[in-house]
Amino acid sequence: MRVVHLRSAVCLLGRFPALAGADLDVFAGEVVLVTGANGAGKTTLLRVCAGLAPLRSGTAEVLGHDLRADRRAVRRAVAFVGHETFCYDDLTVAENLRFAALAAGRPASAAGDALERVGLGRLAAVAHGRLSQGQRRRLSLAVALARDARLLLLDEPHAGLDDAGRRVVDGVLAGAPAEGRTVLVASHEAELVRRYATREVQVTGGRVVERPRAAAGVEVAR
Amino acid sequence: MTLLRESALVMGKDLRIELRSRVALQQILPFGGVVLVLFAFALDPDRGLLSRVAPGLFWAAVLLAALLAVTRSFAVEDANRARDGLRLSGIDPGAVFLGKAAAIAVELLVLEAALGAGVVVLYDVEPRGVLLLACAALAATAGLAATGTVYGVLSSGLRARDTLVPLLVLPAVTPVMLGATRAFEAALDGVPGDGWPWVQLLVVFSALAVAAGVAVFGPLLEES
Repeated sequence: MRVVHLRSAVCLLGRFPALAGADLDVFAGEVVLVTGANGAGKTTLLRVCAGLAPLRSGTAEVLGHDLRADRRAVRRAVAFVGHETFCYDDLTVAENLRFAALAAGRPASAAGDALERVGLGRLAAVAHGRLSQGQRRRLSLAVALARDARLLLLDEPHAGLDDAGRRVVDGVLAGAPAEGRTVLVASHEAELVRRYATREVQVTGGRVVERPRAAAGVEVAR
Repeated sequence: MTLLRESALVMGKDLRIELRSRVALQQILPFGGVVLVLFAFALDPDRGLLSRVAPGLFWAAVLLAALLAVTRSFAVEDANRARDGLRLSGIDPGAVFLGKAAAIAVELLVLEAALGAGVVVLYDVEPRGVLLLACAALAATAGLAATGTVYGVLSSGLRARDTLVPLLVLPAVTPVMLGATRAFEAALDGVPGDGWPWVQLLVVFSALAVAAGVAVFGPLLEES
């Protein structure tokens, strides 16, 4: 099953084409590593797939839904872990998670499960505003898990995390196919993701280029 | 999930944030009180005038405080790009509108109760026609909250948000100010029969504001 299908996708940030005719297919159960230089369009690619950034032209389908016609249906089934947590500073960790789970139509218990999985159980009653940057990243990941999204869109998931936090991310990446999730992960720390990636693409100048595994492997060896 | 359940979820989230931050209690409520006191100082030499214009002064204070409540309601969505989280949540935009408007309305009703007590004490007003007062306050509050929520999302994300909200909201809620003030005057003057037509106007305005909000909030949230 095709989870992401982009053809000639163009997305403008102001007047700048952050995506300039991107083509991409991602299939169910894949973990696709997205690499590229700063400003190449990686984050925009993920935001388009999440239905957060509008398409100027081209076609885009995510989980069978046309992004130009029904972004809401897409958003219900995806989770985006970006540079911000999308959480509320005055709510506790548990309250933020509970809100995310209930909003996605999941039971409140899903919040507790996600909390334990990312190792934030002891911080359940702490306000989001008091969390460290690394703890916020973990909470952001917990929100994605609590929503039980079929497509995970991870933007630099290892950034700002200690070793324990990185192991949590690794666990999510490693377990995704077995849990029926598809993952699109943009990272500058490619070597950390390649262990779990089934495929690798590179974003250059707003376009997506397939990277053969051999080429990626050579780079790792270097 | 139904529209109402989603609305309740958003309303609960917003009210919980306000309870935690205490901005409404520690800033908006005192602001409304200060406005009332300033009016009292300005008109103090003529106590008769003060009690006569009390309804208008009360609603002017409520309206000014409401602007703060609306701005605050959308400011919390700016931090950590929570607005993106709200859009990603999959909650019906109409439910987001209803939830946020309901939370603002609850805050305003608490504010009105406190300011109403202040008017009785400071302006030497005898409360009469309580049913009319309550109905007018409910209908006016719904209209204020719904209109404020629409213009709040319209201006959210803009650098000029803080100045844009008053510019947009104040002209739009003129019918609310007019209707609520006239209804309160009628109640306090002991002629409630003159006040009910104004309540009807408030109900119609509020219904239109809520319907328009449900319809346009989604596109506005996407653009914010």
